[in-house]
Amino acid sequence: MDFLIFQVPMLTVQAVLDGLLLGILFALIAYGMALQWGVMNIINIAQGDLVILGGYIAYFMYLYGIHPAWGVIVSPIIMYFVGVIIYKLVINKVVDRDLFISILATFGISILFMQLMNFAFGADVVLANSGYGTTMLFDNSVTLPNSKIFSAFISIVFAIGLVIYMKKSKLGRAIRATAQNARAAKILGVDTEKVYAATFGINAALCGVAGALISITFTIHPYMGLPYTIRSFMIVIVAGLGNLPGVAMSGMGLGVFEEFADYILGTEFRIGSVFLLLVLILVYRRFKLSKKREYLK
Amino acid sequence: MNKNIILYAAILIFGVVAPFVFPAFKVQLSILCILIILAITWNVQGGEMGYNTFGNILFYGLGMYLCASVQVGMFFPLAEWTEGGGEKTFVHTPAQFFQGFAAGLAVAAIVPAIVAGLIGYSILGLRGHYFAICTLGLGVAAGEISGGIEIIGAGQGFTTPPFPKVGSLEARGEFFYFCSFAVLIFTFLAVKAIYSTRFKLVLNAIRDNEDKAEAMGIQTMKYKIIGWMISAFFCGLAGGIMGGLVGYIDSTDVAFDGREMGVFMVLMAILGGKGTLWGPVIGATVFHIFKEGFWTFFLGWQYVALGVLIVVIVIYFPEGIMGWLREKYPERFGEVVDEADRKAQVELK
Repeated sequence: MDFLIFQVPMLTVQAVLDGLLLGILFALIAYGMALQWGVMNIINIAQGDLVILGGYIAYFMYLYGIHPAWGVIVSPIIMYFVGVIIYKLVINKVVDRDLFISILATFGISILFMQLMNFAFGADVVLANSGYGTTMLFDNSVTLPNSKIFSAFISIVFAIGLVIYMKKSKLGRAIRATAQNARAAKILGVDTEKVYAATFGINAALCGVAGALISITFTIHPYMGLPYTIRSFMIVIVAGLGNLPGVAMSGMGLGVFEEFADYILGTEFRIGSVFLLLVLILVYRRFKLSKKREYLK
Repeated sequence: MNKNIILYAAILIFGVVAPFVFPAFKVQLSILCILIILAITWNVQGGEMGYNTFGNILFYGLGMYLCASVQVGMFFPLAEWTEGGGEKTFVHTPAQFFQGFAAGLAVAAIVPAIVAGLIGYSILGLRGHYFAICTLGLGVAAGEISGGIEIIGAGQGFTTPPFPKVGSLEARGEFFYFCSFAVLIFTFLAVKAIYSTRFKLVLNAIRDNEDKAEAMGIQTMKYKIIGWMISAFFCGLAGGIMGGLVGYIDSTDVAFDGREMGVFMVLMAILGGKGTLWGPVIGATVFHIFKEGFWTFFLGWQYVALGVLIVVIVIYFPEGIMGWLREKYPERFGEVVDEADRKAQVELK
């Protein structure tokens, strides 16, 4: 076996650390997906494109001389309104319909966004340089960019903040009530239409945060959205709806898996392995459930 | 019945004459045939069986690669062909080209059907949106993985054998047009025959309520797998012809092109009307005309238009053209309309 990772054992540590930090970001995106899936029963294929759009907002701040870390605050605010506009234009017409309709409609939004971003920002791979430097560990054999640590920290802060918000605030309680039973919530005076719009907006804002962090730590490109959608979908189905620790754990697991796939199979198979893993997980769950004569629904 | 024969004869005559009357549109007409085949095959799966898939692009791309690989590999070493960019070092004689193409098409049809049968048991156990996302993942994974395999050209693509000159005759366009037209007729007749059997009723039962169908004693899994294999068979054929027609295969832009072809199939079937025989044919024709017009006059904005089109069709027009016609002229579809009853209902509203 001439894999690099077996010759240099320290790379294992590197891969695990990279994967964990990356996985926290994935978990943040997946949290947004779990939120809208649980509340509105919609699977948003455009999730990844919202992430990339959030990343471009941070990138533009960087271009105009503002430190891209401020994007973490600006991007979610802009993305919240983008999310609400998308909801008002498209999503509110597919909320109660067949799930396939919502998948297809958000697929259309995804294609639209991809191309609009391609026009607006060009097809180059870009990154917003934060200039945070790197930390060396274990005698300089493991390098850890500070921007990754920063992004993981910010993700955790946002996730915890949102959990508290959902528990304590009035809107948070309304969202949870609507998720449990939309009709009953309506009868008790919750404006579900507003709740849905807010949910989609919060989801888009989370995507905005994650996108800003991705543009600092990694690279962004108009066509890179779909893998993020698939990753978050995968994390949600592994963890289950409404299981936040599970989302964090499976997000980090996925991050580590990807780093190892990168080292062992090669970078060209990285995205392919993510999609194959999705298929494998779904098939595994299908066989597990079929023993109990149930099925994924 | 008499009317139908006239209709079929008219379409057949138009199909045979078209490439000579509109010689400039030969390639477009061939692509139209391919699109109709894809829409029909998607409809078997998504419209009749209710298993909405994004993954039939898998069989299309598989057929495309298999057909070209067999056509080259029968006579020349495949690895050297892709390495040298193909046609520069090796030249197919006409006999080799046609033999290879025929063998390639056969493989391109049969192997995807077998693949569908093998993965069918695992994947078709998923339902609803899980199935849709799983097949989406399959299609993209296939594209990404085939883009990393050296022997079929990896990232730089695969040039299919150039069409040979027979004597002084240059008939590339006609050859591929009649190939795709013949396959289209074959597909249409086969699907029409299938739709007149009990098999179609079983598929519809699965679509309407799978649990009840199972409770009625139907082995739904068997029928689902067969339905998917039929779909894959024709998808592979269409892919094989398309590979020869385009002349160049790239993993993510031509073969496993989920962003274009994979969505087009779904859109065409929905635009025409899911779950009807003629719906996909009409939908594909309308879509192709619209698409070509838009691609020509608004170059660059085509994906924006595509995205908007998907959203508009899905939200405002989910029943499609056939569904709209059916609502407007129910008598033509064999539905008995009780005029008094209809009026009573209208008054109630």
